[in-house]
Amino acid sequence: MKILMKGNEAVAEAAVRGGCRAFFGYPITPQNEIPEYLSRRLPEVGGCFIQAESEVSAINMVYGAAGAGARAMTSSSSPGISLKQEGISYICGAELPCVIVNMVRGGPGLGGIQPAQSDYFQTVKGGGHGDYHMLVYAPSSVQEAVNIMYDAFDKADEYRMPVMMLGDGMIGQIMEAVELPPMKDPSTFPKKEWATDGTGIGKNRRIINSLYIEPDVLEEVNHRLFKRYDMLKEKEVMCEKYLCDDAEIVIVAYGTVARISKSAVNDLRAKGIKVGLIRPITLYPYPEKIINDVAKQDCVRKFVTIELSMGQMIEDVRLAVNGLKPVEFYGRTGGNVMTPDDIVNYVLAKEEK
Amino acid sequence: MAVVFKKTNMLTDTPFHYCPGCTHGIAHRLVAECLEELGVEGNVIGIAPVGCAVFAYNYFNCDMQQAAHGRAPSLATGIKRTNPDKVVFAYQGDGDLASIGTAEIIHAAARGENVTVIFINNAIYGMTGGQMAPTTLVGQKSTTSQSGRQVAINGNPIRVCEMLATLDGPSYIARCSLSDTANVNKAKRAIKKAFENQLAGKGFSMVELLSSCPTNWGMTPTQAVDFVKEEMTKVFPLGVFKDIDKE
Ligand SMILES: Cc1ncc(C[n+]2csc(CCOP(=O)(O)OP(=O)(O)O)c2C)c(N)n1
Ligand code: SF4
Ligand SMILES: [Mg+2]
Repeated sequence: MKILMKGNEAVAEAAVRGGCRAFFGYPITPQNEIPEYLSRRLPEVGGCFIQAESEVSAINMVYGAAGAGARAMTSSSSPGISLKQEGISYICGAELPCVIVNMVRGGPGLGGIQPAQSDYFQTVKGGGHGDYHMLVYAPSSVQEAVNIMYDAFDKADEYRMPVMMLGDGMIGQIMEAVELPPMKDPSTFPKKEWATDGTGIGKNRRIINSLYIEPDVLEEVNHRLFKRYDMLKEKEVMCEKYLCDDAEIVIVAYGTVARISKSAVNDLRAKGIKVGLIRPITLYPYPEKIINDVAKQDCVRKFVTIELSMGQMIEDVRLAVNGLKPVEFYGRTGGNVMTPDDIVNYVLAKEEK
Repeated sequence: MAVVFKKTNMLTDTPFHYCPGCTHGIAHRLVAECLEELGVEGNVIGIAPVGCAVFAYNYFNCDMQQAAHGRAPSLATGIKRTNPDKVVFAYQGDGDLASIGTAEIIHAAARGENVTVIFINNAIYGMTGGQMAPTTLVGQKSTTSQSGRQVAINGNPIRVCEMLATLDGPSYIARCSLSDTANVNKAKRAIKKAFENQLAGKGFSMVELLSSCPTNWGMTPTQAVDFVKEEMTKVFPLGVFKDIDKE
């Protein structure tokens, strides 16, 4: 049965059904419905909710809880995610599973509270210090956000790394009809032998740590992490291709911008212009090969990257296209969102030149 | 041969890396002995700080997590809230707890998190080579206050126990010294009391331990413990600042 839900609340409910039993966060618009919802929902399932004194503290509560074996999460929006970066780096270094939601708003600085995609860099290119990545998803509908969130803790546990759901503010705020999956049974989750559940003593002690003072050991750790990232590239890439087979112009867009772009593709097709769309669903691992394959198609003349930023994902599109075709950029920022017509007009204007 | 003294089972056999005359080692032993005496072996999660005690995870014979600088009380919160039946303790230095981690310690205390914090006040940043700490005494030399801490430039030392004792969350807050046998014994009683409060579910407990750092103070071990006894206790008076059992 489908029910009408606001994105943030649907994501929160999907987290609970996916096994989340601990939430730590600090209020920030436009994601407040997530902590508000979980503050009443988690106690119903025996989980714990804490409003921390800061994002710095919240992400470290996640570290503690995740290190002790809990399915723990936090959510925030851009300025708050900046503050969490130290903790995210430690969580990656200590190889802890957790889920982080970022309902992105405009920046830099305090920026604005309207939707944006300007956190692409801080999400997929690190953000905190050191060599690390997270598994990053960018849903373009509330249903997709629910589906991703439902399995996010399984993925985090499987790879022992944070999963980040990057939603532009719109995903959190729109109301859509969603089908909620059934509650997962925590007793079926794989046991975490590495977690500090307190029973360790002597040889069975568990240590959650990211300090490796010996260069050779740290190097080995980094290689271990990157082997895991290679596995992500093999097994976890998600991407939607729409009308690319005969496309002359290929739009690359993610999140809600991809939905707007899809309407524009349909409108442009109706005008006889052969446009297609590539929508990365995972931003890390990036669908590099899929984009590269499309770039090799003879029919494809050029790519247009469309983002709610000054152009961040375009760097990965360029790397994937690898000089085979030109890559253009169209974007809005500041919380402004383009309409399908804006995209149609952009493409038409370029075609007339 | 009769055994007259045995190292506590709550410490591993890994040798401490601390400098000669450093009281971190004594603090470790007291914490470990208390845990053993309370019979909580196999039920404990400890948290190591960033600071000279960063390798505490190699020394305590229990599950351990290593925290980012100052964030140990947040880790403790996350661990304890998801494992309420386990004994959780954080071990922190003065730079860690009273400077970069002030928000975390105050709010963990205010929430009355049912955890125990061992706070090593050695009035210096030991690990990074003797820079001024929030607890450095006025007039005390450090590598970043080379002619002695001056109030006009560096501000005043922070008294953490007194500050936290104003909150409703803590159940027990005490300051002890590791300068001599009598005080070490008192410190052990305070640490035990702090853990007993946690076991009884009474809420947040913290024991501050005035400690020595002969290396960065430029003193011999005996000069250093004398400095703790004679100078530090003037600024950081010993005592119990909060005890809900006595209120
Ligand atoms: C975010 C961050 N800032 C700075 C440091 C460098 N650092 C390591 S230990 C330390 C000071 C520790 O002093 P204290 O907490 O008093 O512990 P002690 O070594 O004296 O026991 C500093 C500043 C760090 N590791 N992380
Ligand atoms: S530097 Fe100071 S605090 Fe650190 S181990 Fe040496 S004496 Fe102890
Ligand atoms: Mg110190």
